Amino acid sequence: MRIIAIALNTFKEAIRDRILYLLLFFAATSIIFSRLLALLTVGDRVKIIKDVGLASLSLFGALMAILMGTSLVYKEIDKKTIFTLLSKPIHRLQFLLGKFFGLVFTLFIMISLMSLIFLALIFFHTFRIEWKMLLAILFIFMELALVTSVAILFSCFSTPILSSIFSLSFYLIGHLSWGLETLIHKIKGGAAKTLVQILYTFLPDLENFNFKTEVVHALPIQAKFLVFSTLYGVFYTLFILTLAILVFRRRDFI
Amino acid sequence: MAAALKIEDLHKSFKLGFIPKKKEILKGISLSVEEGEIFGYLGPNGAGKTTTIKCILGLIFPDKGKMEIFGQPHLSLLAKERIGFLPENPYFYDYLTAKEFLNFYGQLFLLKKKEKEEKISHLLQLIGLERSANLQLRKFSRGMLQRIGLAQALINDPSLVLLDEPLGGLDPLGRKEIRDIIIRLKEEGKTVFLSSHILQDIEMICDRVAIIVNGQIISQGALQDLVREKILFTEVILSGLEKKELEGLGEYFSIHGERILLKVFEEEKIEKILNLVQTKRGKIHSLIPRTETLEDLFVGIVKQR
Repeated sequence: MRIIAIALNTFKEAIRDRILYLLLFFAATSIIFSRLLALLTVGDRVKIIKDVGLASLSLFGALMAILMGTSLVYKEIDKKTIFTLLSKPIHRLQFLLGKFFGLVFTLFIMISLMSLIFLALIFFHTFRIEWKMLLAILFIFMELALVTSVAILFSCFSTPILSSIFSLSFYLIGHLSWGLETLIHKIKGGAAKTLVQILYTFLPDLENFNFKTEVVHALPIQAKFLVFSTLYGVFYTLFILTLAILVFRRRDFI
Repeated sequence: MAAALKIEDLHKSFKLGFIPKKKEILKGISLSVEEGEIFGYLGPNGAGKTTTIKCILGLIFPDKGKMEIFGQPHLSLLAKERIGFLPENPYFYDYLTAKEFLNFYGQLFLLKKKEKEEKISHLLQLIGLERSANLQLRKFSRGMLQRIGLAQALINDPSLVLLDEPLGGLDPLGRKEIRDIIIRLKEEGKTVFLSSHILQDIEMICDRVAIIVNGQIISQGALQDLVREKILFTEVILSGLEKKELEGLGEYFSIHGERILLKVFEEEKIEKILNLVQTKRGKIHSLIPRTETLEDLFVGIVKQR
């Protein structure tokens, strides 16, 4: 109940922040811009709209998660609002979870809005509602929840600018680390293989949440991949949140 | 009966700077606040007043020491449900309206909707902000913020109210309003623990005080025991006399126009001055005996250190 109160307050704070609308505006522009790109394409135009649209959703969603996630906890500490909040009968754990869920809820609303624009744009071309897109969007949302937890973790001990850089690095590394997986198969064995394997285990692999190609090109998706990605998302997010709570639990608010 | 607040041997140090250097802020604070009293916690800036309060609230973790609120460990939810806190220079969620703000804090105490609404309208009335109920906090003045801060501290009808510099940065009228509310809290049977360096205000409302300097409590007790009623000196403002005529009678201070301010330490000299004024046909404008104030005591103690 207390977590819900904090989450709702976080949501109120987030939706009264102008930066959110700026990002939403750019996301909408980018989705609609895909229509222009489609004009330049030979072949299936709708595929370009789907491709660019989903990419915009993912990118701007991540920017929202990072920019808001890194400032929300920090702002509470910086503006000292956390003093009165933690003097009430709440645990620090509840505070952090409230922040997380508030932000995830905000992202849910934002992703829904963007998806609405996106699906409407496709509808004008195909006169069909492409429900399959929602599968890709669902996993984008899962990825955003993970990025949010990372942003919150960093903002527990660092300034918004540094946290944003760290979180952005996490996002970029996460989307490039699949190269390591390919490398593991190429290396014959020995210390190098073990090292790359260890590195790959610890680095995030956000490509696990990427079902864009499959959805856009209507390729079959095996259920086991969906299950794996879901479990990966849930456990990775829980792991990061646990780290954040460990950092936050013993922190002095001077 | 358990004390409203009990602190035993509280120690806290911080490691500050690029190359961390340990700085001891609290060096063994012990105090006890009884139920129903207004307890003043005095000290110069940087003495450790706010650090003590933050330790009580669990915002920072002490190195050593024991704290109890109504007999409960200070971090237990049971203890926290019975306290209200107003921080120094309160900043609140400026995107919320006064009503939303109090509603949010009400939710944290799991108050029922009807109870919460009644409480909010009662509190807004108490602090005189009914008209600003739907105004965003960013449009509030310093004094209004202090008052809404006090309201959030009272949302759970706390038995112990901790106020950190509640009178700082307010105009005389604002100070009086907050003072009146604090006195009303005492009348309602609540215990108030307030830190301040505005001594006149503390003197007016506190039952007991503790003075903290450099992280140590150096004086603690009932106000009337700490401050003696002995007359320290008498301030006489007179006119119509020359400076040299008053030599040896008191500490000569300043002249505004014809007026002379004289600080007289011995009572028998006052009579001499009065006689002198009478014979020289001068005029006495005022004659004020000064007893020791909390400020004198405070300045004396702090200077000693």
